[in-house]
Amino acid sequence: MDTAVEVRELVIRRGGREVLHGISAQIQRGVITGLLGPSGSGKTTMMRAIVGVQVVRSGRVTVLGRPAGSPALRRTIGYLTQSPSVYADLTVRENVRYFASLYGIASDDADQTIRDVGLADQARQLVGTLSGGQHSRASLACALVSRPELLVLDEPTVGQDPVLRDELWKRFRQLADDGATLLVSSHVMDEANRCDRLLLIREGEIIADDTPAAVKAAAGTDDLDQAFLTLVRNRTEEGS
Amino acid sequence: MSTRILASTTRRILRQLRHDRRTIALMLVVPIVLLTLLFFMFEEQDRTFDRVALIMLGIFPFILMFLITSIAMLRERTTGTLERLFTTPVGKLDLLFGYGIAFGLAAAVQATVAAALAYWLLGLDTAGSLGLVILIAVANAVLGVALGLLCSAFARTEFQAVQFMPVVAIPQILLCGLFVPRGEMAGWLAGVSNAMPLSYSVEALQEVGVSAEPTGLMWRDLAIVAGVVVVALALGATTLRRRTP
Ligand SMILES: Nc1ncnc2c1ncn2[C@@H]1O[C@H](COP(=O)(O)OP(=O)(O)OP(=O)(O)O)[C@@H](O)[C@H]1O
Ligand SMILES: [Mg+2]
Repeated sequence: MDTAVEVRELVIRRGGREVLHGISAQIQRGVITGLLGPSGSGKTTMMRAIVGVQVVRSGRVTVLGRPAGSPALRRTIGYLTQSPSVYADLTVRENVRYFASLYGIASDDADQTIRDVGLADQARQLVGTLSGGQHSRASLACALVSRPELLVLDEPTVGQDPVLRDELWKRFRQLADDGATLLVSSHVMDEANRCDRLLLIREGEIIADDTPAAVKAAAGTDDLDQAFLTLVRNRTEEGS
Repeated sequence: MSTRILASTTRRILRQLRHDRRTIALMLVVPIVLLTLLFFMFEEQDRTFDRVALIMLGIFPFILMFLITSIAMLRERTTGTLERLFTTPVGKLDLLFGYGIAFGLAAAVQATVAAALAYWLLGLDTAGSLGLVILIAVANAVLGVALGLLCSAFARTEFQAVQFMPVVAIPQILLCGLFVPRGEMAGWLAGVSNAMPLSYSVEALQEVGVSAEPTGLMWRDLAIVAGVVVVALALGATTLRRRTP
């Protein structure tokens, strides 16, 4: 098994509270791993540690063979923040072309990425005037444009309609088929079913790390939603 | 740092400015209005107008670029674009110099428009050349950018960022020699004034006002301002953290 990301005994404190309590996990290369967990469980925090922008208390994060945050990694990872982080006072095209230029990628490729996320008609529109879902897709385009080896996507399909969600997931699948590694956080169980692996996180601990089928089997149900509830509740009962 | 990234970052910042027509209009019109106001205030006193208008040509770009930069940088922090940029090949210096160059260029346009008006319509008279006045004005603008970048690290909101303007700019304006000549200040006040970079750029402008050729004192003052810019940018770089709690 080829590992893209290895997290070992990761402890993170935020705002004076311990948020991740020494978690360990491995993310396989070339597949889509879903990161799931209740709100506030530490998904964004873990992603920030992987892309190297989170202050870490202790533990180790290794990405593509190097410590997370190494300068060499900055050309090979793409990060979509949970709330869209694009310049509201630039057009979609100006934003995507700017992020493309940081990697020396041509404007034509940037324009293709804009079409890929379904914003061709809005390319000349200021990001500040886009609808919520369009705004998120503009931000997504800026993460996809560099064709990164590792894509860390924090809730990439939030606020999108079912048709667009389906299209975006097909694109993620295509990227994985082409060899990219994807880590995608989500709240939507229908999306979790489309992942190759699932990481379930609850209150800063990993409670499951398996394929969707195995997670369902472990919880004794066919329904991922139900499985998720069962796993989260089992742990709560064990804890009390 | 990479020239390609620096160039595209500078272009991106200028594009953001270009989309904000109202800010551009204010940048160009406000100095003109204020200079015109000064002109009529000192209609009977030609010498005073020359003295005050010359100093104002240095102060406008400083205040304006300080404000614009601290808010622009704060936005990078609060909207998450800074966090995202730090996962890309962008270096801290690409970002800092990008802001310095982009807003320095904007300030050069502003200073040229304001100085042209002051010289040709309001009859401002200096012994030295217009080019030196603009050079010093741009140095002041870059000083404003550098201090703005630094101060934005200590502001959480735009309200706070704006509050740094009176803290940083007004003492410098009071003590730079505009209101009381620096030679006539009490010893300790002169000491404080000596510690403020704006005092040196104002002194440099006054040198251009009185002597036809650039003086040694003027170059020394300009070098001091440049030194403060470098120190402020270096301190600003340390406040830009790739990793945040
Ligand atoms: N900047 C911060 N300062 C202090 N505490 C923080 C900060 N950011 C997050 N936290 C806390 O850390 C914990 C984990 O937050 P995180 O954003 O990782 O959750 P999440 O799983 O991504 O949640 P969601 O699904 O709602 O996005 C939460 O309890 C949150 O309140
Ligand atoms: Mg989150």
